[in-house]
Amino acid sequence: MNVKIPRPVPLTEEEIPVGEDHETAADLRSHLPLTHPQLPRWAPALVMLLAAVSSGLLALTLGWGLVAWAVVAVVLFLVALPLWARSVEGGRSAKDRLVTGLVWAAFGLALVPLVSLVWEVLSNGLGALDREFLTYSMRNIVGEGGGIYHAIIGTLLVTAAAAVISIPIGLMTAIYLVEYGGTSRLARTITFLVDVMTGIPSIVAGLFAYALFVLFFGEGIRFGFGGAIALSLLMIPIVVRSGEEMLRLVAHDLREASYALGVPKWRTIVKVVIPTALGGIITGVTLAVARVAGETAPLLIIAGSTDSLNRNLFDERMMTLPVFIYYSYTQPGVPAEFGQQRAWGAALVLIVIVMALNLVARAVGRRYAPKSRH
Amino acid sequence: MAKSIHVSDLNIYYGDFLAVEGVSMTIPARSVTALIGPSGCGKSTFLRSLNRMHEVIPGARVEGKVVIDGQDLYATEVDPVQVRRQIGMVFQRPNPFPTMSIYDNVIAGMRLNNKKLKKSEADDVVEKSLRGANLWEEVKHRLGRPGMGLSGGQQQRLCIARAIAVEPQVLLMDEPASALDPISTSAIEDLIHELKSDYTIVIVTHNMQQAARVSEDTAFFNLAGAGLPGRLVEMNPTRKIFSTPDEPSTEAYISGRFG
Repeated sequence: MNVKIPRPVPLTEEEIPVGEDHETAADLRSHLPLTHPQLPRWAPALVMLLAAVSSGLLALTLGWGLVAWAVVAVVLFLVALPLWARSVEGGRSAKDRLVTGLVWAAFGLALVPLVSLVWEVLSNGLGALDREFLTYSMRNIVGEGGGIYHAIIGTLLVTAAAAVISIPIGLMTAIYLVEYGGTSRLARTITFLVDVMTGIPSIVAGLFAYALFVLFFGEGIRFGFGGAIALSLLMIPIVVRSGEEMLRLVAHDLREASYALGVPKWRTIVKVVIPTALGGIITGVTLAVARVAGETAPLLIIAGSTDSLNRNLFDERMMTLPVFIYYSYTQPGVPAEFGQQRAWGAALVLIVIVMALNLVARAVGRRYAPKSRH
Repeated sequence: MAKSIHVSDLNIYYGDFLAVEGVSMTIPARSVTALIGPSGCGKSTFLRSLNRMHEVIPGARVEGKVVIDGQDLYATEVDPVQVRRQIGMVFQRPNPFPTMSIYDNVIAGMRLNNKKLKKSEADDVVEKSLRGANLWEEVKHRLGRPGMGLSGGQQQRLCIARAIAVEPQVLLMDEPASALDPISTSAIEDLIHELKSDYTIVIVTHNMQQAARVSEDTAFFNLAGAGLPGRLVEMNPTRKIFSTPDEPSTEAYISGRFG
């Protein structure tokens, strides 16, 4: 904008400088147009309805499927509404309506896989859920019956062990990077290695854990703790990253306030920095747990598969939910329907566990967030 | 419990950059000393070097002597944590701990240092400090509420209460009222007047009326030139600085001809 430096006398109403993209200066002298014609509030709904109906007519006459109908309806909506807005409201509003429509369309598109996945799992899996399914293992079961108790316990134990290994290592790494490392060579190297670790394919983590324990226990070793090691390889970088982000968010003012009270650095970190960031740290950790709880490939290799309940992380094979789903679906037995139904049921249980972890993370994050309300 | 501070030939660096050069001054006990000067002239840097907060910034270091009570703060065997327990600081922006209540903020200095306090002692410290910071009447019914829920001026007084709760010898204030409205500013200035009977106070301010109102002595800092380090131009009783300063540049700054 090219506003002239005003004269020292205050401007009267008529002399207020205006931008250049208006009609004529004379018009503006007489009155400033602050309103312009607007489409009614129900305009988008009406256009959407018309687009859906006309696309529906086309679909009926030409025999299209559901997908083609939806695509044509969205395109019609994205063309019609901006055109209408352009004729009534002007160009800027037309652009606004177009982009708003695009954003909503993208949102809808992103929802499609999520909704269909949840629907598919619910419709196929709900039928499998009953008391027996949740409290029995698959020991000596052929065909109908049996349950996933052993896999639930396995998943909980292996994931918990992975969390016990990863959370202290990850958080301490994050604290080092943020509070002590600075831009030193060691800190930069660690950051680089953490980035590399983030990209490790999960199957490689499983192979690593397997290769590591073969050194100690010989070929064919399978046990739950190995799975926990493999999962912690995947989990540590996530914990480091999220912890780092959260610790960096703590204002430097707070650290200085603490130092100025004569509080040593380590105590400042433990009592001021971490509590301030705790909500975010817990959220990040829980999300990392949820992320590895559904990991299949490494557990397939190192934790193995079994039909029986095994509560000992350090001995014998241990079933986990993802591995159970994999085997139930690829080797459902005869007849196949019971195995497949158990797979869907286990998938539903796994999703519920992960979802519950996410909800817990949100609740805990809110509970520990710094309060500013009265 | 107040002490005077003797500074001699202090050079302050950020890495290789010399920020403040050759400062020597004596800051008298139980009085208010104001540091004034244009932005970037090193007032805050100098203030932070008085309780070794300066070195919190990576690469920052100091040459020269800061002597309080016969001890050089920068002697090798001195623990910066001990220094900061004796020389408290109030910052430009109010920074109460967001996870703590008003009560916990005031005794944060003790709690964070794991000092064992009986409940009654802690209550006494909180009341005494909040009264000292002129905040008690406003918050006495809601000590358990979060410190962040107070207004900006109240938060700053809470920070002052937190600083005086550990009973330091010296109180450093880095533009304590620059983020506050005139009413809160006047509350802080009244408070400074009351505190100077017990504490040695050093205050950085951009507001020359404030310096004239609250301080006994004033030190004027200025840059020797663009890109050159800041230095102490003149230190004199405030009355003299604002009427007949020794240096023409001081007079130019105070009368508003530059800066």
